[in-house]
Amino acid sequence: MSDANAVVAIRELSKTFGNAGSETMALSGIDLVIQPGEFVSLIGPSGCGKSTLLRLIGDLTAPSSGSVLVNGKPAAEARLGREYGMVFQAPVLFDWRTIEANVALPLEIVDMPRSQRAGRVAEMLKLVELSDFARHHPWQLSGGMQQRAAIARALAFEPRLLLMDEPFGALDEMTRERMNAELLRIWEQTGITIVFVTHSIPEAVFLSSRIVVMSARPGRITRIIDVDLPRPRSDATRELDGYFSHVTEVRESLKAGHGTADGAVLGTPSEALP
Amino acid sequence: MSERLRYYLPTLAVFVSGVVIWELAVRGLQIQRFLLPPPSDIAVALFTNRELLLQAGATTLLEAVGGFAIGLTAGLAVAFATARFALARGALMPFGIAANAIPIIAFAPIMNAWFGVTSPVSKMMIVAMLVFFPVMINTVRGLTSADAASLELMRSYAASEREILTRVRIPNALPYFFTAIKVGATLSLIGAIVGEYFGGATVALGRIIVESASFLRFAQAWSAIIVAAALGIGFYLIIIGIERIAMPWHASMRGQA
Repeated sequence: MSDANAVVAIRELSKTFGNAGSETMALSGIDLVIQPGEFVSLIGPSGCGKSTLLRLIGDLTAPSSGSVLVNGKPAAEARLGREYGMVFQAPVLFDWRTIEANVALPLEIVDMPRSQRAGRVAEMLKLVELSDFARHHPWQLSGGMQQRAAIARALAFEPRLLLMDEPFGALDEMTRERMNAELLRIWEQTGITIVFVTHSIPEAVFLSSRIVVMSARPGRITRIIDVDLPRPRSDATRELDGYFSHVTEVRESLKAGHGTADGAVLGTPSEALP
Repeated sequence: MSERLRYYLPTLAVFVSGVVIWELAVRGLQIQRFLLPPPSDIAVALFTNRELLLQAGATTLLEAVGGFAIGLTAGLAVAFATARFALARGALMPFGIAANAIPIIAFAPIMNAWFGVTSPVSKMMIVAMLVFFPVMINTVRGLTSADAASLELMRSYAASEREILTRVRIPNALPYFFTAIKVGATLSLIGAIVGEYFGGATVALGRIIVESASFLRFAQAWSAIIVAAALGIGFYLIIIGIERIAMPWHASMRGQA
């Protein structure tokens, strides 16, 4: 696989936080190439830098060294070109806007003509099955529905890449499983590339085509696991032998990574830092 | 409608019984009428002085609203300028917060001296100073307190500073702003009336209160106080009405639509 048409190409990436003298190495020696249409999960313990890695791809923070290419361009350029959508752990919907106006926000910013906007918003709300709630305000929706609205908003200008930072972390288990199935449906329907940060092993296995296992201090990639479970995946997927063996494989990889980190002299967990 | 009536009924009952108890207490306990006139005397004074009170009320209201407008405009202008520039904010905010904590009303005689005792401008300046600081400080807080995730979301859209201002910072500042102008509406009448205590046009509520009291015409003083109270409540209600129109989405408004 070449980098030429990769959606994300990361080379020799490192990131340190803090000033000289009290530096924390958040990420070191990261190499990762993500091809179009992949669903890649980043999984690891707190402080492994998985969220930081996602934010580096989105140019929400700058690398200390190395390079991040998105669609073949430097990450900063890709951000200015609005080439990715982002979903955070919190829905980050604006209370003063209705659901449809929230979804329209990125379209307003890219100056899409008003006439086209309404159609696109309706299409996105249909995709996430929120058409009946277009005129509602965010606080009138449940947590899962709010997060679906956030996904509709991220997809509104049809980016090729969707970055998701523990999007279902705040939801209860039942809602989370339903959202996972929804997300796979959207992924299959749109053919978009997804980079998904999580600390849930079952979630990562159920969703991903590849799982990037990370460990902390310094944050680094310890293993990349291909998940070859058949698609389309459904509740039945969670009962396959292959599903369990992948869950075990990820768990053991995480444990192995954790072992080395425990022996090291530790800095502070860096994930919470800006 | 009847539900609404039922909602306000207890309040109304308290008001009516309060007035009745006041009337009966003054008469029954034979409280000297010049110390505390019964409501009936105040009502008579309100009626007989209605033209004077109306004129005085108009003068005082003009001072209050004029000063409010000046303070509001200046407060917003400084707030937007400092919210944009962190350095200016760092330099100015401590003074703003300190100034907000001092009793600005103490400057009333000074303003009278600067802008003319009888001129409405001197009262407007007192009011403007009273309104300026809460508006400025709260608006700066509102403009600068947008949560980090919202700003990051806008960054992911490569939104300009201007777009962030109009789409995130200003809506975010509205609740802070309305809190400030609700305080400001009340302060503006206090400022105008207290300003008048230290001298001013003869036909103004503050003058009527001071002069009636010094001649022991307390029913007349009370009638002016009633007018001032009505103006204050009216001003406050107008602001609340604007607030409901401006931010029907806010938590404090929910369930009232």
